[in-house]
Amino acid sequence: MSQELLNKIKEQLDAAIPGAVEHAEMPYDFITFTIKQDKVHEVLSFLKNDAELNFHFLTDLTGMQTADEKHLGVIYHLHNMIKNYRIRIKTFFSMDKPEIPTAIDLWPGANWMERETFDFYGIKFKGHPNLKRILNVDEMDIFPMRKEYPLEDQSRDDKSDKMFGR
Amino acid sequence: MAKKENISTGALNNEVEEKEYSTLNLGPTHPATHGIFQNILKMDGEIIHEATPTVGYIHRAFEKLAERRPYNQITPLTDRMNYCSSPINNLGWHMTVEKLCGITLPKRAQYMRVILMELARISDHLICNSVIGVDTGAMTGFLYIFQWREKIYDIYEDICGARLTTNIGRIGGFEKEWPETTWKKIQSFVDNYPKALQEFANLLERNKIFMDRTINCGPISAAMALNYSFTGPNLRAAGVDYDVRVATPYSSYEDFKFDIPVGISGDTYDRFMVRQHEMWQSLEIIKQAMKNMPKDEPVRADVPDIFLPPKEEVYNNMEALIYHFKIVMGEMDVPKGEVYHAVEGGNGELGFYLISDGGRTPFRLHFRRPCFIYYQAYPEMIKGSMLSDAIITMSSMNVIAGELDA
Repeated sequence: MSQELLNKIKEQLDAAIPGAVEHAEMPYDFITFTIKQDKVHEVLSFLKNDAELNFHFLTDLTGMQTADEKHLGVIYHLHNMIKNYRIRIKTFFSMDKPEIPTAIDLWPGANWMERETFDFYGIKFKGHPNLKRILNVDEMDIFPMRKEYPLEDQSRDDKSDKMFGR
Repeated sequence: MAKKENISTGALNNEVEEKEYSTLNLGPTHPATHGIFQNILKMDGEIIHEATPTVGYIHRAFEKLAERRPYNQITPLTDRMNYCSSPINNLGWHMTVEKLCGITLPKRAQYMRVILMELARISDHLICNSVIGVDTGAMTGFLYIFQWREKIYDIYEDICGARLTTNIGRIGGFEKEWPETTWKKIQSFVDNYPKALQEFANLLERNKIFMDRTINCGPISAAMALNYSFTGPNLRAAGVDYDVRVATPYSSYEDFKFDIPVGISGDTYDRFMVRQHEMWQSLEIIKQAMKNMPKDEPVRADVPDIFLPPKEEVYNNMEALIYHFKIVMGEMDVPKGEVYHAVEGGNGELGFYLISDGGRTPFRLHFRRPCFIYYQAYPEMIKGSMLSDAIITMSSMNVIAGELDA
């Protein structure tokens, strides 16, 4: 069923916003779309306002950094509670210009989630009314969840994967 | 520090009156906020004009820590989030890793998990509801009901040795069969708790003072609650019957028959009542689980590379020794992939978003913490209300500092 739903949503997205979907997959039965950075707000707005799809609930919004440490990403989890469909929207962009439109106009609840994402990854949400740090101190000048800021002393190698032949 | 603002007092008389707001610092450590929250309130007399919450006082960087820890060692981080119902967090995390690795537990282990999670839900709701009572001036209910939380903690202690930060269970099941005394304790809890809960209900549920105090205090509409991504009892109090246990059943919740209580107006009284009824439903679930508990089944899945082998095998068997060493050193072979798993925590949908690159630690782990998400609606909910109403609105939302700040 999920695969059919994925194809259906993909068709609808392709028809409504051509060229937005970069990749569609379904890891662990969870419909996942990778969307172009400049189209992401359009896609979210379409998914929310389309009468049939009706992804009216923002479950989660978070950021990530890709393994090559050159790109940042934002991940949205949306939920249609009535039909119990869930969908994951991902978008990736270069670390030189980590900017993405805010989703507060669609879901007021995105406010703090975006602030948290900004706090940890430095992703700027354009149009956010109060984009400042939320969990860390205001004076902090790094974005601590980025992989370039290691958690502990890097001279230690007793925990590295190479000890186990990886 | 008072700030001056010009406010027009109406169209009839075109006078412009100078209005002064006084600023009040509620928190960070205030006995009525039950946790470390700061709210800078702009007060017009006793009425709150504006609130600016500051959070993060006990932020411990769990998501960053998790990127450096093997999967087994992340469990103790999770129980420091919502420490009023830590088993739900622990087991939710175990289920996430099991989903990633494709492990299915025997029914017996799943039912045991259900019992634990429902006990945790009772202890969570029990604290929240009795504290609402305390904040409205009814100390008695709190004093009577609180010993039952101790009884739940005794059950945890029997199972895992800890009371508050439980680290209960393992990825792949339970480390051992629960002792006979534990089952007796659970049975005795199920038999005797209803009487105490009824007594507590009699004290507050139809109490005129309590009702006058809580009805229409801090209400939120269903549409607003959905827009602010509310989940759990707070969303159900507003009238939306969304419960993860029913919408996306996990750990065999589909085998149980229970009701989802919903409120109407989403005010403090409705939130209180939803939690009250959920405690009754949790008791029902525990009863069903005890009754239908499959016998003679193992309490863990057969996954030697993830689950610590028994000690006698470690000492006598080469393979078990290798597995023991690998697991203790945090070497688990997990597949690549990304998985989102949600459980119904004490406060709402507790989600784990895990990205694995196949290494010994998660590549990225995000906790969807219901408190953090719904606390942002607090300024809007208390705007225009009295200061004392703001206090009970906060306690009825059950904001847990550990979960909020993670």
